[in-house]
Amino acid sequence: MTLLPFLAAGWIFLVGVYGMVTSRNLVHAVGCLAVAQSSTYVLLLGVGFRKGATAPVFADVPVGTSVVDPVVQALVLTDVVVGATVTALLLSLVIQIRKRYGTLDPEALTGLKG
Amino acid sequence: MNRRARNVLFLIAAAVFAAAFTAACTGLPAFGTSRHPYGSRAIGASIQRRTANVVSSVNFDQRAIDTLGEESILFGAVLGSVVLLRRARDENRQDPVPGRVLPTTLLLGAGLLPVTLLVGVYVIGHGQLSPGGGFQGGVVLATGLHLAYVAADYRVLRRVRPVAVIGAVDAAAAGAFSALGLAGLIVGAAYLQNVLPLGTFNQLTSGGLVPLINAAVGVEVASGVVVLLAQFLDQAVEIESPPDGGKGRRTHPSPEAS
Repeated sequence: MTLLPFLAAGWIFLVGVYGMVTSRNLVHAVGCLAVAQSSTYVLLLGVGFRKGATAPVFADVPVGTSVVDPVVQALVLTDVVVGATVTALLLSLVIQIRKRYGTLDPEALTGLKG
Repeated sequence: MNRRARNVLFLIAAAVFAAAFTAACTGLPAFGTSRHPYGSRAIGASIQRRTANVVSSVNFDQRAIDTLGEESILFGAVLGSVVLLRRARDENRQDPVPGRVLPTTLLLGAGLLPVTLLVGVYVIGHGQLSPGGGFQGGVVLATGLHLAYVAADYRVLRRVRPVAVIGAVDAAAAGAFSALGLAGLIVGAAYLQNVLPLGTFNQLTSGGLVPLINAAVGVEVASGVVVLLAQFLDQAVEIESPPDGGKGRRTHPSPEAS
């Protein structure tokens, strides 16, 4: 079943989106966004996997050893950093919403204020 | 839109996504395939530039300009959080009251603080050799510093990390990344091209420009995370919103922490 690792990534994405759709709390929604985003890590690392290979670092293995794809690992690293900072930015927005409107329920946030 | 309609809409969209995604996955190369054309070329280029950690070579040499963009996202997000979480006109700053700390916690924190900082510097410094690098080491460094808050109290943390200084360091490190790219232009090569002497493979000084950019990123991530956490800690510990009453009101506001 070589399709399973990729399908796992799609499942994680859908779980995260489901959480966001049904969320009644903005902190919970930000957490769900992080879950949905982490599906990209699983997908990228799954694409870069090579059977029986080790990490793409030649500090203690001889050059020429079979290693997994380093390009997708670098992409995941980028992804993790951007994900963490965007989560922090969203959480600061949530703090401001709680201060200005006194609620974290997205359904109660209906009014527009000029 | 009521909840029922929204759930139905989600289920339809999820079904379409699941079908299309599964169909797309069948077109991917098989899981665990031995054929990775981009990976093999990246490994070749990394060995040629004598960088043992191929992921660092991809991030700080082969795709350095993308990492510059990514680092700018990090800088922008930190800046955005600082702006969003600044003290509003109707809020007061209150001096935090120190809580009781168990002596064993204090001992463990004081003992672990230097060890954690050393690990962070090690992970940054060996970014071109062993797993890790500027991003990972920077986070270790920044969170390690907060052992001062966990083991002692907020005032100790404020003393070990002056946020104004660290904010300036953050900006300087972000600028250093851009400035390092100019080295290539000076010798007539491309921006961010690895033009420094490459050194000996698997030595601390190998990789040319990689350790320098790696260090700049490490400092930027560490100071960025410190500034980011400082904003959230300020909200939790120091800043007091009006509905909670005006306890701890001061006649003059203390200088902004950032």
